[in-house]
Amino acid sequence: MVPGLVYFLVFHYGAFVANAVAFKEYVPFDGLWASPWVGTENFSRMFGDPDFWHATWNTLFIAVLQLVFFFPAPLALALLLHSLTSDLLRRFTQSVIYLPHFLSWVVVVALFQQVLSDTGLLNTFLSDSGLHTVDIIGNPDAYKPLVVIEVIWKDAGWGTIIFLAALMQVDEQLYEASAIDGAGPWRRFWHVTLPSIRPIVILLLIMRLGDILSVGFEQMLLQRQSVGPEVGEVLDTFVFWQGIVGGDTGYAAAAGLFKGVVGAALVFTANRIAHRLGEQGVYK
Amino acid sequence: MEKPRAATKVAKGVAVAVVLALVLVPFLVIVSTSLASNREVVENGGWVLWPSDPTLRAYRTILNGGIVTKALGVSVGLTVIGTLFSLACTTFLAYALARPGVFGGKPVLLLILFTFLFPPGMIPAFLLVKGMGMMDTYAALIAPVLINVFNLIVLRGFFQGIPEELYEAARLDGAGDWQILWRIVLPLSKAALAVVSLFYAVSYWNAWFHASIYMESGHWPLSQVLRTYVIGGSQIADTGLSEAGMVSAPQTTQMAVLVIATVPILLVYPFLQKYFTKGVLTGAIKS
Repeated sequence: MVPGLVYFLVFHYGAFVANAVAFKEYVPFDGLWASPWVGTENFSRMFGDPDFWHATWNTLFIAVLQLVFFFPAPLALALLLHSLTSDLLRRFTQSVIYLPHFLSWVVVVALFQQVLSDTGLLNTFLSDSGLHTVDIIGNPDAYKPLVVIEVIWKDAGWGTIIFLAALMQVDEQLYEASAIDGAGPWRRFWHVTLPSIRPIVILLLIMRLGDILSVGFEQMLLQRQSVGPEVGEVLDTFVFWQGIVGGDTGYAAAAGLFKGVVGAALVFTANRIAHRLGEQGVYK
Repeated sequence: MEKPRAATKVAKGVAVAVVLALVLVPFLVIVSTSLASNREVVENGGWVLWPSDPTLRAYRTILNGGIVTKALGVSVGLTVIGTLFSLACTTFLAYALARPGVFGGKPVLLLILFTFLFPPGMIPAFLLVKGMGMMDTYAALIAPVLINVFNLIVLRGFFQGIPEELYEAARLDGAGDWQILWRIVLPLSKAALAVVSLFYAVSYWNAWFHASIYMESGHWPLSQVLRTYVIGGSQIADTGLSEAGMVSAPQTTQMAVLVIATVPILLVYPFLQKYFTKGVLTGAIKS
């Protein structure tokens, strides 16, 4: 127990304390504690920084795209899998669609680049067939849909696990009873399947909301350079670029702290709303 | 229930086929291209769906003692050692948190769950590692990610599912906590332990970001090398591999690196896959 506890105290709570650097002007030579306090100067600078607002806007935009397109994807897949009558086919499909989850973002991004870049699979195919080529990787307009498609490819399959388990627990008798009452497949889906998995959908939605400002740090960092910061910068990469590459440590920590506080506030709010609606939420 | 209509059946079949193809075709292209000869790749415009004349040349080139070989060694070592440490620490902590009446159990659990809501920021974590003098040490790649809260909760949930009578019986026989853990709890928890080790191993194997900020390039694991040379587009040839006979068609080499980075996961995956649902769900539902 002790090593584990020490880990949490040092690397989580220690880091928590080190957030103090957000209120300092960090001087590497002096270290964290000797650097001078500057109050909220880092924050006021941040709110006046157009790059920060670009990053925030991009983050929110991608987050909304993810919520609309990525969030329902595992649910749809799970419903499809659940409705398959062949056990073998279902198991095989499951094994296949879990797989991309275990690849690193480096591999996934490399894969997408091999397929979609101007010399990649798709464009080679298009030009060979005498058609127009499309620039997807370097195109700023395509960037946001692209990153969402990547997330779907990587994790939609993995996300089905939890929904499949929820679907498995739906009482068969409910289906039979409603079928006897004359409900067709669609009505059964609407009145039995969906209500049964509602709690789990809401739980996942809340967790997603709390995490909404984290739209995939590694993924974004790997691809930011192909479209430039104007389009590709999100809050996490902003923190990285300012603080670790640029050495503007206090400033970047302020942006990181801002993100953490907003994220936590979102969890609290979402959870409270869930309670209002009579759902269990993440915690009591 | 009535039989599904034929149209529905066809639509489902098509949907499943599309989903499978979307996942499998990219894998096939990567493996095929890595095995194709340079000439075939160039003639085909950069990729091959099915090599007519498979060769292991690309693999021989990159595994010939260059930067990829070294990174492979780092990745393997890091994955093995990291997974062992993480697994041990997670198991001990999960066991302590699963047993009723352990001193401070509840507050400690809350303390840990709290870190889930407030993850440490990137900058403070970076300063911490730097301040502890861990720059360019392999400890910097393990210590900050030693325990994953999700894995901890999965294991704890599993340990709690073991019937209380077993613990009591062991205690009557005079077993201490260590003996109970070693002789009873661990053998019964193989499924959960397997899943958790896979999760740790995958995360150590795939990690590149910490390596990119904490490590000198000579100590990079494979993912970071992959990032630099495949995504960043730098030529592997620039870094000492040119002597090993790198010529045209960098695609074959890039794909071969991709394959090497992926294969270990593909190898362990089938063995552990049957435990996923069970292992993930005990944790997810209890939390």
